[in-house]
Amino acid sequence: MAKITYIAADGGACTLDVDDGVSLMEAAVANGVPGIDGDCGGNCACATCHVHIDARWLAAAGAKSEMEAAMLDFAEGVTADSRLACQIMASATLDGMVVRTPLSQH
Amino acid sequence: MATRAIDFAAWPAEPPHLAAARARAYAMPLTEIDMLDTDLWVNDMHWPYFERLRDESPIHYHANGRFGPYWSVTRFADIMKVDTDHARFSSDAHLGGITAKDMDQDFILPMFIAMDPPKHDVQRKAVSPIVSPGNLAHLEVLIRERAQAIFDNLPAGETFDWVDRVSIELTTQMLATLFDFPWDDRRLLTYWSDKATADETVPGNPTKAEREAIMLECLMYFTKLWNERVNAPPAGDLVSMLAHNPATRDMVPMEYLGNLLLLIVGGNDTTRNSITGGLTFMAANPGEYAKLRANPDLIESAVSEIIRYQTPLAHMRRTALVEVEFGGQTIRKGDRVVMWYVSGNRDPRSVDRPDEFIIDRPRARQHLSFGFGIHRCVGNRLAELQLKIVWQEILKRYPRLPEVVGIPGRVPSAFVKGYTSLPVRIPA
Repeated sequence: MAKITYIAADGGACTLDVDDGVSLMEAAVANGVPGIDGDCGGNCACATCHVHIDARWLAAAGAKSEMEAAMLDFAEGVTADSRLACQIMASATLDGMVVRTPLSQH
Repeated sequence: MATRAIDFAAWPAEPPHLAAARARAYAMPLTEIDMLDTDLWVNDMHWPYFERLRDESPIHYHANGRFGPYWSVTRFADIMKVDTDHARFSSDAHLGGITAKDMDQDFILPMFIAMDPPKHDVQRKAVSPIVSPGNLAHLEVLIRERAQAIFDNLPAGETFDWVDRVSIELTTQMLATLFDFPWDDRRLLTYWSDKATADETVPGNPTKAEREAIMLECLMYFTKLWNERVNAPPAGDLVSMLAHNPATRDMVPMEYLGNLLLLIVGGNDTTRNSITGGLTFMAANPGEYAKLRANPDLIESAVSEIIRYQTPLAHMRRTALVEVEFGGQTIRKGDRVVMWYVSGNRDPRSVDRPDEFIIDRPRARQHLSFGFGIHRCVGNRLAELQLKIVWQEILKRYPRLPEVVGIPGRVPSAFVKGYTSLPVRIPA
């Protein structure tokens, strides 16, 4: 299990206990975290779970697949810390991770 | 024309035309099922055929399609796999493109939806700023003003065509705005959109030569706009963006035409038919309209549900670049693979109670209508915005929904799943 903190565009924060193997998108959608849509249900196919990973956690989040990079390429406001939350699975090594959600997915 | 409201509640669980279609769908040999048969679409009879294919032959080969042999992929999860596998399933126009009917190889219209990476990526990015969040916020004001004017001018107490007066008018005005197109000529956009996708094998549609002549008229018109704008400072409209962006400013004329038609069809047919579909679904499900009236916050999930339930583009096609083992079948290199979004959106394996129209469905956004993967609809947020505004304006005006007083006319196409007419009356 990992405690994951989602910080919304308006600064509001919310921390969830996410079970191992559950994606950061799935946990956010199931708990109504604002700013994440997850239209494709976690197939890395829509780029509507775009988040910015806090710099301290970027390395722990792992590397992007080719498909994730391709999908992010068409998302809005992408920066070097951008990831798709459906491609990051919770585990003990991510305990305490902080991610920022955009105002809206696009 | 009859003007009595249709009492949908009095309909049997399955309308008679579907019961007859079901009997036929389950009586015929599986291999003979041909989902490209126009009759199934113009008569709204494709549903039971897809149900049988999903259950009995989810990766289905039809050897004698009128555009050539093709595979039909009908389950939600399988469609997702093909749509996200652009390395093995190509969209390239030169291999046939993105519709079951091959793009004519002597009249190739290059457009980014019918390209593979890397060229696709570059051209898509040249166009996508038109639907950026900032631009949508600006467009929202315009769309709302125009929608209000359209609704305010509808007649009460008399029958009129919702497709013409509302759906076409609203989407055409929107498109004219995006192109900064001469206002009084805007119905040309509707005309070009309809002709671009018209299947020449259907009686009444233009022949191939006639269609190509119409497309070239469109190119000539837009070339005039290009020439005006390329010599003017960059502006926010699509023509100016294409003329000034380094990725698109050197396009050859057919490539310009191809991308124009993509934007015209993509920004026109689809939203138009979801506007019409939405009214028919709400009319047939008065409890859902009551729910929306009681809780207008449901409008966003209602819009997603309308788009799922309509599925305005019934399919997208890919061409296999290599041999692929898929669902127990061997798809050979060069085979035509049709992903039936309309079927995946009704697949009970992925969607709960898929044949019911439920505006507060959990996870309503998880539908196939916009496609998935790198070719996912670039204008999906604009489409949702337009539909949201339409339903907000309907809610403001009509405690009782406009009555559907006749059967909708349907487009004879297995690609554009839409309506030619819908007689409606607003209670006086």
